[in-house]
Amino acid sequence: MTKTTLTVNQQRYELNLLPWVSLLDALRDHLKLTGTKKGCDHGQCGACTIICDGKRILSCLTLAVMKNDSEITTIEGIAGDESLHPIQQAFIDHDAFQCGYCTPGQICSAIGMLQEGHAHTREEVQELMSGNLCRCGANIGIIDAIMQVKDGGTHE
Amino acid sequence: MNNFEYKQATDTKDAIDLLSHSPEAAFVAGGTNIIDLWKYNLTNPSSLIDINHLHENAEISMLENGKTRLGAAVKNADTAYHPLIGQKYPLLSKAILAGASAQIRNMASNGGNLLQRTRCYYFYDPDVPCNKRNPGSGCPAKAGYNRIHAILGTSEACIAVFPSDMCIALAALEATVNISGPNGERNIPFSQFHRLPGDRPDLDNTLEPGEIITSIDLPEEGFADNYSYLKLRDRHSYAFALVSVATALKLNGNIIESARIALGGVAHKPWRNVEAEEFLKNKEANAENFSAAADIILRDAKGFGYNDFKIALSRKAIIRNGLMALNPTSQLPGAQPSA
Repeated sequence: MTKTTLTVNQQRYELNLLPWVSLLDALRDHLKLTGTKKGCDHGQCGACTIICDGKRILSCLTLAVMKNDSEITTIEGIAGDESLHPIQQAFIDHDAFQCGYCTPGQICSAIGMLQEGHAHTREEVQELMSGNLCRCGANIGIIDAIMQVKDGGTHE
Repeated sequence: MNNFEYKQATDTKDAIDLLSHSPEAAFVAGGTNIIDLWKYNLTNPSSLIDINHLHENAEISMLENGKTRLGAAVKNADTAYHPLIGQKYPLLSKAILAGASAQIRNMASNGGNLLQRTRCYYFYDPDVPCNKRNPGSGCPAKAGYNRIHAILGTSEACIAVFPSDMCIALAALEATVNISGPNGERNIPFSQFHRLPGDRPDLDNTLEPGEIITSIDLPEEGFADNYSYLKLRDRHSYAFALVSVATALKLNGNIIESARIALGGVAHKPWRNVEAEEFLKNKEANAENFSAAADIILRDAKGFGYNDFKIALSRKAIIRNGLMALNPTSQLPGAQPSA
């Protein structure tokens, strides 16, 4: 067991973890933060995307013990007390999901992308969101939702 | 999946020491490949040695001799978006941004990109023979479903391809790989870092046991005026290359002073052909000459059935990318062909 301190959504958690526990499993099974989803568990689908030290990463290919000193944000940590994050609201406005399984990863990825600041055009948004697959085919709504927030300048 | 210990290295020397004390251990940086391989039971390290805290390898810096040094621990995304790289080595930025997804580029290290393993489906399936995974067991790809496999530099033992995009640009730019190990430091020219399969397909590169990549040096010439990276694949983004081409040209008017052409997705290493590059010297930069260069590059190309199409596709990609390099601003996100 390795003593690990995870800081998730501004809350500190002291955990004893086996070294091979992925950050995804630590979030879901140890901290019961099940908003982050396990899709492929191999880095191919993006459902497990979380924001770590300001950058979106895949929690399935990350060992939890490697994130001792990091600030982690999951889907549970993005809304305000009374209000949705603008990206969440935009997803509702644009019908940007059907089954919803990829949605937490899509939203964390979109927030990370806007923070990174490299997407300027719709084509660039599509390219920089390609790591998040939507098997329902809601991609057009997803890109519409992101463009609304990007152009509205309401993202953080 | 086996169990492993976790250790954190404090600096390069500590990392080398930790590895020398447990030869079955492996380094982990971004983890995007090794953790996946571990989940598939394709690698069984006794320990993973975390090399994310090697601060001496965590920067991009200009050296006094005009070269640029990419720390091995710097993330792929931070490299691609670094202003110095974008301005001086845009070919490298384009190639990195054509690879993987934004999440993976945020995680993956420069050193790790060089060390990623093939995505040959037979290599990834522990239930079938594979000379790379289990030397001497055979290669089902040659007579199997080999659509993604190599057409150049193959051997009886292996027809797998090396999957990196970043490394195709590094090959074209003639980078140098800096290495530390139990016996001190050394460097390897990029063309000699990855190897052809021959009768040892289990060896992807010329790194010796116990060694670690510390940085990658780029020569002063970055070909920032005329370059292009073209990546052709089954979907527009987030897929490995069927064929990719990095082209870098030095032009005088429309006459080629020097040319570099490196191909990805076609061989066990980034593929360059110096004869073709020499042929282009002092020639006009046009489709006819790029086509003649493609003839030289693909002279010994050999398909295995399902991948025969890669020969014709490579020819077209070489020509197309040569023309795209004449107007780098025409390039689209994700290294798509320009309209």
